[in-house]
Amino acid sequence: MGRSQDTHDRRNRWLWMGLAAPGAIWLLVLFVAPFYVMMAVAAGGVNEFFQTAVPTWNPLHWSSANLSAVWHDMVGSGAFLGPPALRTLLYSASATVISLAIAYPVAYFVSRYAGRRKTLFLILLIAPFWVSYMMRMLAWIDLLQQGGFFNSALSFVGLPGHTDWLGGKSATVVLGLVYGYIPYLILVLYAGLDRIDQSLLEAARDLGLSKWRTFWRVTVPLSKPTIIAGTFITVLPMLGDYFTNQLLSGAAGTTMIGNAIEGQLESPGETGQGAVLALMLLLILLIPMIYYAVSTARASREFA
Amino acid sequence: MASAVGEAVTAPSGRATVAWRGRPRGNPWRRPWVMEGFTWLYIIWSIVPIAIAVLFSFNKGASQATWQGFSTKWYIGNSVNSVLHNPSLHQAVIQTLNLAVLTTLITVPIGVGFAIGIDRWRSRTSTGLNFVMIFSFVIPELLLAVGLFLLVTQALTFIRLGTTAEVAGLVVWNISWPAIIVRARLVTIGRTYEEAATDLGASRLGAIRRVLIPLLMPAIFASAVLVFASTVDDFVIVEQLSSTAPTQPMSVLIYSNVHGGLSGPALNALATIMLFFSLVVAVVGFVAYRWMTRGERTKSSSAALTSIAGM
Repeated sequence: MGRSQDTHDRRNRWLWMGLAAPGAIWLLVLFVAPFYVMMAVAAGGVNEFFQTAVPTWNPLHWSSANLSAVWHDMVGSGAFLGPPALRTLLYSASATVISLAIAYPVAYFVSRYAGRRKTLFLILLIAPFWVSYMMRMLAWIDLLQQGGFFNSALSFVGLPGHTDWLGGKSATVVLGLVYGYIPYLILVLYAGLDRIDQSLLEAARDLGLSKWRTFWRVTVPLSKPTIIAGTFITVLPMLGDYFTNQLLSGAAGTTMIGNAIEGQLESPGETGQGAVLALMLLLILLIPMIYYAVSTARASREFA
Repeated sequence: MASAVGEAVTAPSGRATVAWRGRPRGNPWRRPWVMEGFTWLYIIWSIVPIAIAVLFSFNKGASQATWQGFSTKWYIGNSVNSVLHNPSLHQAVIQTLNLAVLTTLITVPIGVGFAIGIDRWRSRTSTGLNFVMIFSFVIPELLLAVGLFLLVTQALTFIRLGTTAEVAGLVVWNISWPAIIVRARLVTIGRTYEEAATDLGASRLGAIRRVLIPLLMPAIFASAVLVFASTVDDFVIVEQLSSTAPTQPMSVLIYSNVHGGLSGPALNALATIMLFFSLVVAVVGFVAYRWMTRGERTKSSSAALTSIAGM
């Protein structure tokens, strides 16, 4: 690709712009603009009579009433937003660690040792990916209900089988998160591990490293970008999850930040506070999202 | 690996010889039983609960926990609470298909155009747009859904909650699939074929239509499969943007009825139908993808499988 290519491209600029335009407009109107509306609602007021949100479009007139209300709900006396925020971190972190501990060995095995049965294993690993999230949650609701299989199995082996697993157990919510998001993690890890050049591992063994040291000193460092990407892919949706929790517990004792956003958005007069909360979450997630976007863009440029 | 042992023993480096002194440690061909067992355990854990849920959609009784015999009453038999006879249940099936078809038809062309345009039109604007697209891929769905809900209810009120808003939201949520997949394929194809076509007298647009698009076809197809399946599966955006009952697809109906409401195996039946749609799309996608890439050097089942899953 020399200079002639560049001039060629410049001449065709209108064509490329035209091709990109529909998607670009769609993204700007329905992905970028919503966040401005969110800010306008967050910094806006409330219609006293209808208790609906009144957005303030001019940034010069933005008020911080909703922001301070949320702040008080978070740290002041009678704060009810602090625990969900903390719980979100705790649940997402433990679900991610558990997912990685399961997904890495599985992906490693299939990418390196499955041999001729690789297709079979891949079909089985990809199958849950094609099963809808609701179906997967419904499956656990069936199993974990009072008279369900899980409790029967527990009493069969002599353990107390009357636990109400769906009545607000943190462990159930974490299980749901792991079960819900692990297929994506496994696929990302598999794709990354499969790309590692086998000859590098052979070279390490040839040069005398033991199996374990080859794994720790060669495979793990080479798969680090994949682990990071996979962690983002699983942790970002978990942080905004509200339905797993709602389906598998529904109790106030396990609410996460997603439930708080949803709840405030729907309660009259508090839409603005819901918007503030959503923006706060976005602000925190902006750092990992930018990191992910930059590293993806760089990877595709190197690939080119 | 065959030469590994011999070379290591004769290696001049002391460390290597030490490592291999005596019986070579670890047979490289030994099957890793522990890891294989673990993998099978994971597979069982990931599939058995779903299989049980499918099984109970065929239960004769109204329980989702005790098996009372085989029946298809929750699909067609029961005159009140089966998918066929309950209007809200079959409306949900129709709405899901409706949304999936509309979203795929809009998302794929504009996403492919976006990918080609962004890849060729190298400028600061295109880099920025590419960033926005990747952001739309990683943002938690709830944040986008809340934003879309506020946009539609506060600013662009001509987009009504319901099917229009749902499709508009689903398109923006899914546009990154064709954009990312097609762009990756563009990078591997390179520009030589297109240049050859223009050198031989094709117009720019002609080269895209007659040369580039056919080469991109497997990627376009894979992304269409993904968009369709992810729309069938979608919950958060459609929940925020749906309005009246007929605009609620299967996922929303299942969610709102799990605790109370329409309960029992009818929900399992609905979920099984959803599963069936996704599996049909996956199998068709896999077979067609293999057929499309049949002439390629890197063709393999595992490559086709991972492509259809977006990797």
